[in-house]
Amino acid sequence: MKELKILAVVVFFTLVTYWGVEPYAHSQMHKHVEGHDFTYQDINASGVKGDPAKGKNLIAACAGCHGIKSQGMKAPMDAMGASAAYGVNPPDLSNAGAIFDEKFLIAFLQNPAHTAKAKPNFAMPPSAASAQDAADIVAYLKSIAPKEVSPKEAYVTACGRCHANSYGKWTQIGDIPKTKGNIKTGNDVALAQFKINVAKYQDKLADYMGKLPPDLKIIARARSKHYLETFVEDPQSHLPGTAMPRVGLTKEGFEKVYAYLESTGDPSKPLREKTGPIVLGFFLIFTLLAYGWYKSQWKGLK
Amino acid sequence: MAHFDPNARPFSKKWLNERLAVETLERVLSTEYWIPKNINFLWAMGMVLAATFGLLVISGIFLLMYYIPDTQKAFDSVNYTIMSQVGYGWLWRHIHGVAASVVFLIIYIHMFTGIYYGSYKKGREMIWISGMLLFVTFSGEAFAGYVLPWGQMSYWAGMVITNLFEGFSADFMGGALNFPGLVEWIRGDYVPGQAFIGRFFMLHVFLMPLVIIALIVLHFGALRIPHVNNQDGEEIDFEAEAEKWKAGHRKESKVIPFKPVFLSKDVFVLGIYFLFFFYLVFYHFEFAMDPVNFDPADGLKTPPHIYPEWYFLWSYEVLRAFSKNPGLVWFGFAQVIFFLLPFLDRSPNVAPASRRGPFKIWFWLLLIDMIGLTILGKLPPVGIFTPIGTTFAYIFIALWFALPFITKMEKPVGGK
Amino acid sequence: MSNRRDFMGMALGAFTGLGALGALYAAKKTWEPLPSVKAAGKAVIDLSGAKEDVLNTEVWRGKPIFVMKVSKKNPAYKDNRLVKVGNDKFFIAIGLCTHLGCIPTYFPDKGKFICPCHGGQFDAAGRVLKAPPPKPLVIPPFNVKGTKIVLGEEGEEYKKMKAAKLV
Repeated sequence: MKELKILAVVVFFTLVTYWGVEPYAHSQMHKHVEGHDFTYQDINASGVKGDPAKGKNLIAACAGCHGIKSQGMKAPMDAMGASAAYGVNPPDLSNAGAIFDEKFLIAFLQNPAHTAKAKPNFAMPPSAASAQDAADIVAYLKSIAPKEVSPKEAYVTACGRCHANSYGKWTQIGDIPKTKGNIKTGNDVALAQFKINVAKYQDKLADYMGKLPPDLKIIARARSKHYLETFVEDPQSHLPGTAMPRVGLTKEGFEKVYAYLESTGDPSKPLREKTGPIVLGFFLIFTLLAYGWYKSQWKGLK
Repeated sequence: MAHFDPNARPFSKKWLNERLAVETLERVLSTEYWIPKNINFLWAMGMVLAATFGLLVISGIFLLMYYIPDTQKAFDSVNYTIMSQVGYGWLWRHIHGVAASVVFLIIYIHMFTGIYYGSYKKGREMIWISGMLLFVTFSGEAFAGYVLPWGQMSYWAGMVITNLFEGFSADFMGGALNFPGLVEWIRGDYVPGQAFIGRFFMLHVFLMPLVIIALIVLHFGALRIPHVNNQDGEEIDFEAEAEKWKAGHRKESKVIPFKPVFLSKDVFVLGIYFLFFFYLVFYHFEFAMDPVNFDPADGLKTPPHIYPEWYFLWSYEVLRAFSKNPGLVWFGFAQVIFFLLPFLDRSPNVAPASRRGPFKIWFWLLLIDMIGLTILGKLPPVGIFTPIGTTFAYIFIALWFALPFITKMEKPVGGK
Repeated sequence: MSNRRDFMGMALGAFTGLGALGALYAAKKTWEPLPSVKAAGKAVIDLSGAKEDVLNTEVWRGKPIFVMKVSKKNPAYKDNRLVKVGNDKFFIAIGLCTHLGCIPTYFPDKGKFICPCHGGQFDAAGRVLKAPPPKPLVIPPFNVKGTKIVLGEEGEEYKKMKAAKLV
């Protein structure tokens, strides 16, 4: 039928154009980075077995900078003090055993900057004298790790001290507090003070990292999941020379972090996926009815 | 003097007819607006465009309720408030973004349909010219709207496009065509900033839509006297054919009334179009909502790859193929040359391109060349892509220079 | 024109109407207050420092809230529209005239509120002294917690007042 032939021509040229400006053009613009499912193949397994009890005794080496809230250990300094001292606030280790890779952590404790592929001024010093010590500490961290870590907790531990997420109300020094302004003046001194602290922290952080790490509020729409996955697995693979360290997440840990990024960056996704079939179903029936009307109107015309 | 029946019931048909001529209007605009019977689904593209414009207006109204034209707040008002806080705000934005892109696909199909069937000559010149004016205003409207979310692509598109108005370089013709102040005047600032976002917001939501609506009326009006063309370019005596229809010879008549016969086919095509459109809205929107524009505007960092939306790529590639001054000349050429089509085509034939000899080749070459330019316009200008792009640009220019000669030599084809 | 022809056109029209209803539903949701607005629907007011017969104006949901500790010598003291907090009685009401929504001005010497728009008057319990206001100043949903009061929450006392049609 003639009309179908015409339609085929239109569809053909449309698809060629689409292919050229989307899949093909993007394949030429961005290099393809293959993911390795967070297996960290460049790191050799230590082969030693860690003992959590021994690790507990060694944890003092960590507690000089890090807190472990779940074990009642407060960090020696708050976020502001830590950023003034190190440029960045060291993470609380309560969830570390749950989201970071074991092999990565053992190597990281012995040689942090190298393992993280970070700059030489990386704030964390080597913190385990031997592979055995490192394995013991990691075994301890795994023993205290909670069974279930929420997406936000994973984000806070892995990303949250460098990256704000303003759509999730998160700043590098914590959640934006609920404050109440002065009714007579409209001023909110507590909030203003908090903002000053965030600004001071960010200035220190920018000095330490070379630039302010971006707010990840809507990164889930700005980058594909594949990009984020391979970038987090090894930042250097996409941006050679970037100051962002390799943080050593496990695959599951990354999925948690990504779930949080999607919840702030693309929260309409569930409703979008629910509404789509309804709307398309409506137009399918609409088209069938319209076809019936068309056929009845054009009957006997040709 | 008008005659008013004092006994007519208020709002009865008679009462309304005396005051608003509703039945005459309905007759003139729909039930006795005659369309040739010999058409295919491409003749429904006008209705598809009208419907898409309707979707843009409706979704735009809801976006307008929450959008804030402020360099500090625009990005979050779109990406946080509208996308995650406003009920179905994401739906309006997806519809708006996808429709803004798809509308150009339909415009191009509509244009190439007109070129293929010769629907721009012998009394139909004003239809073509008003349509081209619509194309240009839609382009302006799309650009102004693209700036508003204030992402990286918004900012850098604003920067690059406004820089075009600097004109030719200062050493060309003693600088007579160099307008260094014009760029700042357009922006209201040295770089795209608050003044820029404010004025493009006004243009996008008020002035340009007003002009577009006026042009749509003109475009429809221009159709009225010459009537719609048909698949064979046949000259139809619409009055005689309409009489046949009215006398009940529906099969013998070459025309059909707009309502309900033509409309029934339009609506069917619309249904298929909406299936395609809403599939894109829900499942395949990245092509129209560039991920890079989800990075907030940063005046100190250009994204590694910047490119216009796909519908500007062919003319962008013509601009890019040459150095600054000739690039501007040929870019300007590409913008206006389509307006001249009715006058560059010297053949008296109104017929499908397939029956017009060399013009047939010209048509397919133009289509393929423009698709080639579009694809190359997006590819990074490196390696083999640069000479290929330049070649396509030369072919584009050569095609237009060849058109009067090709059509002058064309043999008259008898109507079917 | 066969019947089938008309039937198809009408079926399509009706079905399109259904779609329009769906679009209107989305439009209605778009027009609703944002979640952030709804979440900000509660306010806590500390009454411990209040002075007798001195009007305080607070803000809740963008509206002015009159809060006044009523003294024993105030004629409105025995009114059951007052809220007992500890040993004190408080007048708490939305400070918008029930006529057309202007904010009445309090005159301490006269012990009453007078609306600048149309001259309506209220006593220190919010009861109408002079028309046009059709009903007393509205008492917002509240919940007494110690010396604090939470607006936007329906506490026991509020529910009782609501049942007695005092709010």
